[in-house]
This record gives sequence, C-alpha cells and structure tokens, in this order.
Amino acid sequence: MSDISLTVNGRQVRAAVEDRTLLVHFLREHQGLTGTHVGCDTSQCGACVVHVDGKAVKSCSMLAAQASGSTVVTIEGIANGADLHPVQAAFKEHHGLQCGFCTPGMIMTATDMIARHPEGLDEATVRAELEGNICRCTGYHNIVKAILAASQTMSKASKPKKAA
Amino acid sequence: MGMEGIGARVTRKEDKRFITGAGRYVDDMVVPGMKHAVFVRSPHAHAQIKKIDVKQAQAMPGVVAVLTGKELKADGIGNLICGWMIHSKDGSPMKMGAWSPLAFDRVRYVGDAVAIVIADTKGEARDAAEAVEVTYKELKAVVDAVKALEKGAPQLHPEAEGNLIFDWEIGDAKATDAAIKAAHHVTRMKIVNNRLVPNAMEPRAALGYYDKGEDHYTCWTTSQNPHVARLVMSAFYNVAPENKLRVIAPDVGGGFGSKIFIYPEEVVCLWASKKAGVPVKWVADRTESFLTDAHGRDHHSTVEMAFDKNNRITGLKVDTVANLGAYMSLFSSSVPTYLYATLLSGQYNIPAIHANVRTVYTNTAPVDAYRGAGRPEATYLLERTIETAARELGVSPAELRRTNFITQFPHQTPVIMCYDAGDYATSLDAAMKAADYAGFAKRRDKAKKAGKLRGIGMSCYIEACGIAPSAAVGSLGAGVGLWESAEVRVNAVGTIEVLTGSHSHGQGHETTFAQLVAGRFGVPIDSISIVHGDTDKVQMGMGTYGSRSGAVGMSAIVKALDKVEAKAKKIAAHLLEADEGDIVIENGALKVAGTDKNVPWFQMALAAYTAHNLPSGMEAGLKETAFYDPTNFTFPAGCYICELEVDPETGLTEIIQFVAADDFGNIINPMIVEGQVHGGIAQGVGQAMLEGAYYDASGQLLTASYMDYTMPRAGDLPSFKVSTSNTPCPSNPLGIKGCGEAGAIGSPPAVINALTDALGVADFTMPATPSRVWAAVQKH
Amino acid sequence: MYSVNYHRANSVADAVKLLKTGDAKLVSGGMTLIPAMKTRLAAPSDLVDISRITALKGIKVSGKAVTIGAATTHYEVSTDAKLQKACPALAELASMIGDPAVRHRGTIGGSIANNDPAADYPAAMVALGATIVTNKREIAADKFFKGLFETVLKDGEIVTAVTFNAPAKAAYQKFRNPASRYAIVGVFVAKGKDDVRVAVTGAGDNGVFRAKTIEAALAKSFDPAALAGVKISADSLMSDIHASADYRAHLISVMAKRAVAAANG
Repeated sequence: MSDISLTVNGRQVRAAVEDRTLLVHFLREHQGLTGTHVGCDTSQCGACVVHVDGKAVKSCSMLAAQASGSTVVTIEGIANGADLHPVQAAFKEHHGLQCGFCTPGMIMTATDMIARHPEGLDEATVRAELEGNICRCTGYHNIVKAILAASQTMSKASKPKKAA
Repeated sequence: MGMEGIGARVTRKEDKRFITGAGRYVDDMVVPGMKHAVFVRSPHAHAQIKKIDVKQAQAMPGVVAVLTGKELKADGIGNLICGWMIHSKDGSPMKMGAWSPLAFDRVRYVGDAVAIVIADTKGEARDAAEAVEVTYKELKAVVDAVKALEKGAPQLHPEAEGNLIFDWEIGDAKATDAAIKAAHHVTRMKIVNNRLVPNAMEPRAALGYYDKGEDHYTCWTTSQNPHVARLVMSAFYNVAPENKLRVIAPDVGGGFGSKIFIYPEEVVCLWASKKAGVPVKWVADRTESFLTDAHGRDHHSTVEMAFDKNNRITGLKVDTVANLGAYMSLFSSSVPTYLYATLLSGQYNIPAIHANVRTVYTNTAPVDAYRGAGRPEATYLLERTIETAARELGVSPAELRRTNFITQFPHQTPVIMCYDAGDYATSLDAAMKAADYAGFAKRRDKAKKAGKLRGIGMSCYIEACGIAPSAAVGSLGAGVGLWESAEVRVNAVGTIEVLTGSHSHGQGHETTFAQLVAGRFGVPIDSISIVHGDTDKVQMGMGTYGSRSGAVGMSAIVKALDKVEAKAKKIAAHLLEADEGDIVIENGALKVAGTDKNVPWFQMALAAYTAHNLPSGMEAGLKETAFYDPTNFTFPAGCYICELEVDPETGLTEIIQFVAADDFGNIINPMIVEGQVHGGIAQGVGQAMLEGAYYDASGQLLTASYMDYTMPRAGDLPSFKVSTSNTPCPSNPLGIKGCGEAGAIGSPPAVINALTDALGVADFTMPATPSRVWAAVQKH
Repeated sequence: MYSVNYHRANSVADAVKLLKTGDAKLVSGGMTLIPAMKTRLAAPSDLVDISRITALKGIKVSGKAVTIGAATTHYEVSTDAKLQKACPALAELASMIGDPAVRHRGTIGGSIANNDPAADYPAAMVALGATIVTNKREIAADKFFKGLFETVLKDGEIVTAVTFNAPAKAAYQKFRNPASRYAIVGVFVAKGKDDVRVAVTGAGDNGVFRAKTIEAALAKSFDPAALAGVKISADSLMSDIHASADYRAHLISVMAKRAVAAANG
C-alpha cells in the first residue's frame, strides 16, 4: 500500500491505495469520478485521458502512486462552475458525440491540443493529434468540427481586448 | 416545423451529462457489498474438459466464490439459444448445438467461459482465476467455414453433422438457372465478406444483484434491448420469472448490434449473485471483448449475374457459406438468411433470383448481427458484381445501374420484399454531382503525374429496416414479435414523460423522441423526458437495432400521442364549453379554432388530475399506452461514391472524398441523421480498408487487441459529404425509413469499387491494408 | 496487474539502491511497462520510479554536441527549440511516437532501455552514432542494442542520458502499422562529416540494425537516386499479419529514399 497525496479537480486528496492501483481506477473507484473511462487494455483508445500537471495523459497507463504530488484534472473538473468549458460546449453544438463513452477522453485531449496550438488548428492537425483517441460512433467528422470551432472560440476569447 | 419540432437541428438533450462526465454506464454502478468477477476462459479453440480444480483458487485472498458449469447446470440454468428458427430446404429444422453459459464438458472457442471467480477486488479475482486448474484434452480445431464443411473436418456439435447448421434457399432456382443459360453475358465472382469485431467503445459489462428479502433479481447490463434480455433470461434460461427480474440498461456506450444478444456473462452474474450471496459485477477488458463479443459478417459466396443484350439483369444466382462460430447466438440464423438474401435484388429490377445459404459451426467466436446485419453482405456482393459487370460489358457503372433501377412502386422482388417507395436515380444524380464525378478523369490524370493511382467507385444500396411486421417475421421463424411500445404520461403540471421500449446507446432518442412530442403539443422540449432502458419503468419493448427506433419506436409514440391528444381535446372542449372537433393545439395551448378562447396545456393537464370538472364518465388522469406493429419493412436507399488514391510505392491508400446521398424518408433531426451516416461510413470504410478478424489455424485470435485489429482513427478518414433527398415512407405515420445502418451498408463496395478502379484489378478482398494493396500492385 | 511495490527514487544513487529490492524494475513514463504489467506479461515485484529525478531531465545543446537526459519526455524532445535547430530530425521523430498523451509521459531513456523492435528511438541512436550514458559507463549505440527487448545494460545499471554530435543532415521516415501505429519500418538516415549511417527499426527480426548496403550507396552520393539499384534482402526481416518480410524489405528502401529526400530538404 502507498499513501498518496494529490490535487484532484482543485481539491487536495489523500488516500492509501494498493500500489498496483492505476490512476484511472483511483479516480473512478476511490474518488467516484466515473467520467473517466476505460476502453482498452493497450493505452490506445484514449477514453481515460485526464490532465496531470497540465498535460493530457492516459490514466490507464499510470499508477495512482506515480501521480502522487501532482495536480490532476478530469472531465468533471474542467468547467468553470455551471458554465460549460468551450470545448464541452462545442462538442454539444456540433454533435461531436453519440454514445458518450469516448467523449470525456476526447474533450480532455482536445483541450490539451488547443492549449498546445495557440497559433490555431487546421483539420489535418486535429486529425493527426487525435491519433490516441478512438471513437466508434461519430466517424470523427463532428469531433473534428467541434475541436476546430472550440479552438477558434478560445483564441478569440484569449486575445486581449483593444483599449477603448 | 417549430424550433424544437420535427425537422429541426436541435442539439441533444442527453449531451450535458456525457460532456461533463456524468453519464452512468454499467461500470459506474456500485451496489453495497458488491464484489468483482473474472471469468476463467478456455485458452484452446477446441478441447474436452477433463477436470476443473478450484480448491487453490478458493483459498486465495479476497475470494468469495469460484463457480463452475456443473453447479450452474445443477441449479437448472438453461442453455443459451438462437431465437429464430430456420428450416433447411429439406424441411428439417436448424441444428442447434448446446451452449452452456459455463462450459463443463467441452470448450469450442478461445474465450469460452468455464468458471467464474468472485472476489473483493478485480485484481484478486484475476489472481485467483489464474489459480483455477482446468485440465483440457485438446481437440483439432477448424476456423474456416468452407473447410469446416469438408469431409474429415473436426466436428463441433453432435447435433450438427458435418458442422452444417442449415442448408437454406430462397427464390426460384429453375427460373434463375434458365436466365443464366439464356443470358447474353454472365458476370461471375467469388466474394468474401471479411469477419469483423464490432468494438463498441464501452466493453460489455453486467452487474447481478439478488435481493434475498424480496427474492428478486436486478441486472444492470450493456444491452440494446433490456426487455428482450429479461424475456429470454426468464423464459429460456430459467434465471428467474419476469416478475422477479428487473433488467436495467443505463447509459450504454455503443452497441452496433453486439449488445442485442444475451451473453453467458449476464446470466452467470445473476445466478452467481444468489449462489454466492453477493452482488457480482463483471466488466470485460478489451481483449475479452475481442474474444467473446459476437463477431460480424464472415461470408464466402459465389455469384452469377446474367444480362440480356440490352444490359438488363435477367437473373442472379448466389451461393453463400456463412460462418456462425462455435455456438448459435441469439439472432445469428436470421442474419445470413432473411436479413441478407431478401435484399439481393438491391435497387434493381431482377426477374429471377435464387440464393442458397449454408451456415456452419467453427471454433471461433459466435457470429451475429453487426451494424447492417446481412444487408452489408448483400450490398457488397451485388454492388461489386454489377460494377464488375459494367467493366466487362464496357458500359459506365452509373448507366448500367440506371438501366436496371426499379422505378415503379410498389415493387415486389422475387425474394419476399415489397419495396414501397424510392427514387434511386435522384440519389445517384445527387451523389455524382456532389462528387464532381464528371471531373474525375482530370483528377486521375493529375494524380498520375504525381505518381499516384486514383480511383472512383460507387455503390447503390438498399436495406430493409424498421424491423418488422410481427406476423411476417413470425411466419419466417422469429421467436418474438417486432412491434414497439410507448407510454405517454402527461403529469398534473403538464410536463410529459415518454416511456419507450426503444433503447438509446448513442442514437439521441432523448432528443428526437422529445422533438416529436414538442412539435405535437407545442410544449417546451425541456418539459419532456424520455424514459428507457429499465424493465421496471417501461412495461415491454423490443429494443433498438435494425434502424427500427424511428420507424417503429416513434410510431408507437405517435399512436400513444393520438390517444393523449384525443383525451386532452375532450377535456379542453369541456372546459371551454366548445365542441371537441373545434379544438386545436397550438403553442402549448388548446384553442377553439378561430377564436381566442383557449386553455393552456398545463391547465388542461391539471384539470385531468384534479378531476373536479371532467366530462361525464371520463376517468381521471392523462396517460396512454400504445403498441405499434409495422405493416411493412421500410426501405432506405441511396448512392455512395468513394474517390481514393493509392501510393503504389507503399500501398498506402488515402480516401480523397466520400459522398453519401441517402433517402431516409422523413427526418426528425438532420443533425443526428448526419451523425449516424458519418459513423456508419467510418465503420464501412473500416471494413473495406482497415478491419479484419483473423484466427490462426489452431483457433487463436490473432487480432485480439487494438495492437493488431485496426480501428478507424481520425487520420484514416476524411470529412464526409452527406446529403439526403427523401421519399416519405408510406407504411408508418411519420414517413420515416431509418438511418442507423445505411453508412455501414453502402460504403464498403464503394471503397472497393474505387480501389479496383485505381489498381486496374478485377477483384480485391477486404480489407485493403497497405501490405495487401502493395501486393496487388506488384502482381499487376 | 499483479501486486507490486512502488518506490519513488530521488536520485540515481537512490534508484540503484532501490533496484536491489526483489525483482525490481525501473519505471519512467511507463508507457510500455505499465500496459505490459496490466496484461500480466510483465510482473516485477517492485517498481522504481525515476521519472522525477531532475538530474535525468533536460536537453543541452552546445555547438554540435547534444545531450538529452534519460527522463526527458518525447514531448519535450519534440518541442525543444535548441534541438529543433541542432537536430530537427530527432525532434520530429519524437513527435511521431505514439500519440500526444503517450509523448507527455514516455521518455527517451525508457524507450531505448526497453528496446522494442518497433520503437523509433533505437534507429535514431544507431544512425546518429549516439553514446548511451549510464551510471556506470558510456556505451556506443551500435553496441547497446542487442536483439528483441534486450540491451547490454547490466543489473543496477541505469541509463542517465544520451549524447551525440548533430549530423549535417538527417531525417526519419516511418511507415506505421495501421493498427498499433508502431513502425512497420522506420528508417533514420544521418549524414555526418565523414560518413552516412542508416538505421532501420520495426523490420529486423533481431531489432534495430544498420542498413549497410544503403549506407554504402549513400556514401557515394547522398541522393535518393543513389538507392535506385539497391536491393534489400528480406532475410532476417520480420513477417506478421500486417507485413510480410518482402514488403518490409521493399519499404526499407522506399523509406530510405524518402528520408534522404527529406534530409536534403
């Protein structure tokens, strides 16, 4: 067993876990954050993507103990209160989800992708960067559309307002 | 059309929970005292079980119970069955081998479950599962359906001699043979439809809970049809009577057919929850899903298509061998028969058709419905053949199709189906225009200069959806009726709950079904809730598959809404002292037509429940139920065009554009319909270019994870150009045909027609992976 | 996953000490090891996490000399401005490994110590003539990689960094397995001051290897055309459901040509 301590969605969390506990299972089973999903065994599907210290990672391929001392943000923690995060809003607006199972991982990957590309995104880049997220429902068409739209919204929002 | 009614692009009501991580899937469910299960599975494709020793496993840390098939059988749990009876052409019934939920004497495929281990944690259950000692005597295995029919092949089931389940036919053999004999030209092909693994992103899961106090079971399961699961587990598997069994399918992460069937795991978890005295949860890992989810397709066919001198098709003869795997899954027999051969007329006027289908046991995972189920196999066979015929006859593929299109409706095909409406030429024209088909030659030349091989291909598909008239399918062997139920509850404050037997696992029913109600009564869409997936809430239902939720499920809602409306108008007329026939419903109020006299919807509802002032003799309340049984199948159709480019140096093939022009009848929500088409195309392109399940000769699945089974990724696909031009379906009140499967049905032949065009080869067996394409380039 | 004991090392010395526990293994990003443990293909008794040792992190470029700490992630390698300038081919290779989430965790040291026959870094290390630095010695890449998932690393030996001199020209071309996205064939070409080195990953049945015939041809003329007549033997290449040995042999020359073209810009 390991005593671990980390920040999850802004909250300091301490727990004793079996060392073999994966981060995804710690989040789902110990923290009740079931929005993060497990869709494969080989770290390819991306349903488990969360942010650790500000970067998208696959929580199925990391021990909870490895995350001790880190800051973790999950799908439950990206919105600002009751407002949707722009990426969440874009997925809804552009019908970027169907069954919803891959969606949390997609959204966490997309927010990370947009953050790494402040210069903006094009379709080819989005498709290439979705390498590690598999969706069986949407054919990706509307996911790509949603990410491009969110990227635009966010870049507009982050531009400093001109002085009056 | 209102802002939220039929035809509007309403964003989905269900999205909020999914995009915030608040969806509730089976694996998210927790019951007090719940334990975790791992199944011990056969590592052999075919073996006798000599001995199962569980002693060591039972003593492992955290273990609650280790249970085997002998105990299951002793408790009277029944074998799994196929619910659709097919008779061979000699009149004999299909030969169904016994399928025990836990094998106890023999295993027949890698992954066959032999024991369940229940422990405090999944890790402990897995540790103990490794300690269960099963002594096997290995037997020879056969994985290929054609080889399984050969003399001397390993035999799977004593019930099925020669591994043959049935030898079935449809159509007129004599007339077809005569047409081929008299033909001006005959195109002959061998067609393989590759085996696929459905791969819903949520792995299958089951949570069984036995309530000792109530002597009652609850099963949370990843099902597309929880009521069918309850019915089958009660009536056939002897788990518990229906009144003692509640099945809940909460949020389900995709199905594509693979979650229709009742699998061993939910039966065993329910039984084990009583036996072990603890709630039992099992969640498949991905490799387990690859091994044990019902696979799709796997047909080997030969086809002869006869033409007269005017290029009109005069006959079609098909011989198909279909691999059903180690056991007959719930609807497996219907897929290569009534869902396949009845569509062999395609969009074409073919006077004589004959198809012979043999289904075969092999040492592989059971094969059953996967998105399209039989119709993709029919479409692929037909559309590859007519494309090849066009090349052989030296006519354009579009014109050969056009020459043979059915243009008069209704049209009775020689293979049961009676097409009720369609306009195939309009879809073909729309697709060719969207694809700039006329400009292809220039694009091909340009590609050639860059060292690339460009090809274009089309496919004109038809499918039979909205399954299905109960009496008709009953006469064809179905063990169930295929109606749908609905209950509309108007609450005392005017909000509305619609209980439906359809199940949404990505299709957006919570939105489209609400649109129907919002449009009908002019009430806000947020005041309407769609309730589904729970046998304790919804009385009965047949579930979601075969693109039936719109055409059948929504038609049931319409029927219930008709009844609600009739009663609501009576109440309003009484309140307004007007004639019932003068009441109209507009913008959330019941009005006397042509006057400003009205009663708001919520007031009418309140009046129904206060019952202070109802028409004489009227019962209080406002709740209506309906069962809708369709009178015909529906016939979505369309034309798909694929343009692709091959890098001859590497075999890497890129889809340049993919166009879909569909006829789905009336559309409730175009945004959702487009999403269904996108997803279907991705799966169809996946089948054509990426996906294939392979077993080695000993029966080991070589493609048992995403390391070896290629899932379509974003980078493998382009954005799609989709459009619809719709002829309303005359057989249901909404004029809906259905859109869930079209993409997967229409796209594979379009891709391979484009690829063979690019390569200049006569045929190509799916999937068109780079290595196979490169090999074809080398040969050519 | 079987039970395991997790330890976090604060220094290389600490890690060496911890490695003496049971059947301990090092873990850094864990992108290969953790999935292998999940499927129970790997079962170390103890894990020693070296990913947070600051001494093992970071990229130094001094003139032509490049040093990359073992715990530097693929993401850091792919985005390091100094490296992008000194050896853009290596930064680009790192950007092609796995997917963004994998690149955020996976490390160069972990990749080369694991020596997956389809991993990308081994090809770069061999072609760049890199030196693998451990807590005990310095090892030439040519000698470091030894067969499938095998290296010359001894018990208690920890890769701390890799160093190399940036070549005049270099490029990496990778043809992906459509399913796993690992390399079916990956070819790294590097033109140094006096020689051309070409290393191939994903194809060899004994792991990464140098394509000597290609090197000889390119030494004469560093041009894709120089490879026109060079035939690669399919002997000792891997064959599986995704690619035959013949196909791999063919792809080696195609990828080599494309790499040379890319290196020449």
